[in-house]
Amino acid sequence: MNEEQIQHYGDALYDAWRERRTIAPLLEQEPDITLADAYRIQLRYIERRVAAGETIVGKKIGVTSKPVQDFLGVFQPDFGQLTSGMVYQEGDVIDLGTLIQPKAEAELAFVLKEDLQGPGVTAMDVIRATDYVVPCFEIVDSRITDWKIRIQDTVADNASCGVYVLGKAKGDPRKLDITLAGMVLEKNGELHSTGVGAAVQGSPANAVAWLANTLGELGIPFKAGEVILSGSQSALVPVADGDELVCTVGGLGSCRVKFSGRSAV
Amino acid sequence: MSMEITLSREDIVRLCERVEGAQTRAYAIPKLTDEYPGMTIGDGYAVQLELRRRFLARGHKQVGWKAGLTSKAKMKQMGVDVPSIGFLTDRMARPENAAISTADLVHPRVECEVAFVMKDELKGPGCTAGAVLAATDYVLPAVEIIDSRFSGFKFDLPSVVADNGSSARFVGGGRARYARDLDLRTLGVVLEKNGEIVAMGASAAVLGHPAEAIAMLVNILAELGESLPAGSFVMSGGITEAIAVKPGDSVIARFQELGSVSMRFVE
Repeated sequence: MNEEQIQHYGDALYDAWRERRTIAPLLEQEPDITLADAYRIQLRYIERRVAAGETIVGKKIGVTSKPVQDFLGVFQPDFGQLTSGMVYQEGDVIDLGTLIQPKAEAELAFVLKEDLQGPGVTAMDVIRATDYVVPCFEIVDSRITDWKIRIQDTVADNASCGVYVLGKAKGDPRKLDITLAGMVLEKNGELHSTGVGAAVQGSPANAVAWLANTLGELGIPFKAGEVILSGSQSALVPVADGDELVCTVGGLGSCRVKFSGRSAV
Repeated sequence: MSMEITLSREDIVRLCERVEGAQTRAYAIPKLTDEYPGMTIGDGYAVQLELRRRFLARGHKQVGWKAGLTSKAKMKQMGVDVPSIGFLTDRMARPENAAISTADLVHPRVECEVAFVMKDELKGPGCTAGAVLAATDYVLPAVEIIDSRFSGFKFDLPSVVADNGSSARFVGGGRARYARDLDLRTLGVVLEKNGEIVAMGASAAVLGHPAEAIAMLVNILAELGESLPAGSFVMSGGITEAIAVKPGDSVIARFQELGSVSMRFVE
């Protein structure tokens, strides 16, 4: 795609995000979009958000589980950028009015104490460079109508990122088995589903290493202090006004989040 | 749950012989309710207890119990609000890292469970998870090899209870731990077959906490007029879905904090 097309679709996604509405799948409008094109569209969309005052605070990794990869017909994860406007603290109430068609996922987040420069990064480097891990929720959202996404659509749409909330419990990956740590997700006091770290690329550290290497190839910096959402360990949970979710990572602790208001769809 | 027995003694013995034949010679039979549509859960337990009486009379030693149907999804599907239980004998035990023959099984499946070894006797009714933890000597990881004797693994609650909760083989192993040193609710589990992850979950999948499943088992035993003796080995129910295995398959279950349990299957 030429630069003009990239800008057009990046701007369309930015406008849809700002106005809380959806647009038709990009592949329906432009059947030949490649994955590389999709990441350029994402970059344009994020540049627009940064130009409007946000800063880049981290990355999210998506499409990390086998069922989602099978569904989308891809055999590697994808990533998006986390911006300052997406951040909630544990205890905050997430206003669904700022979102379009949100769903929640329980994940393990990494905070780096050293830069990770790919290519050549392994899971061992990830553990070494990690300051701490925390339980978190990512509230995914799609600017694409009815979530009718293929891999190019979700990548262009910043990996369907909405907002996220980090728990307060900090863990050291040298003391915690992040691969076998269980994930228990409760909705409104009832067990919703369970999972385990290995659901993410065999181990969440593998997903972060993939990200470091991918960013290295693209020349995108991956800096100390950045937050990395490593990929969903739970089922997708629909959320509505008044809902409360708690996810607990075995050996680490919990993240609790409440929702109020109505999303656009 | 109705523990009412509606079948005659003669029918119970007849059904027991049918199940016993299928179990010992490894063939599939239609579910028992096809012939006895009015069969109750109580009738199912009467058949199971007759089966146990026969095995023990032949010198099998009972080593404990298992809880089955302990996930909410599975109970809802079956339209029941209690798990089923089944007895475990020494003949069903296989050591860790064993080669397990499938020649004497119908259509085996494996599932990962947290197992409890009791230091004190427990009696229902009214047994709680707290009482279970207080009476527990240690916990360990286990893999249960279930094998419904019913065609296509299709059954209802009275039939599966009569078939001893699909019990077939079990392997305990890994690392013994004090329950008080662990959060038994959030233990992660990964089941691998031939090196590939085939099922995953966390222990809360079992009734919110595996000790809840043991408490329910003790309360079902109370309805049958029995207690859970000290020294019992008790499996609390599958954390993951059950995965089919065949000769040549190698299985390893990896548990957070509890180590792993491995086995392979042969002709």
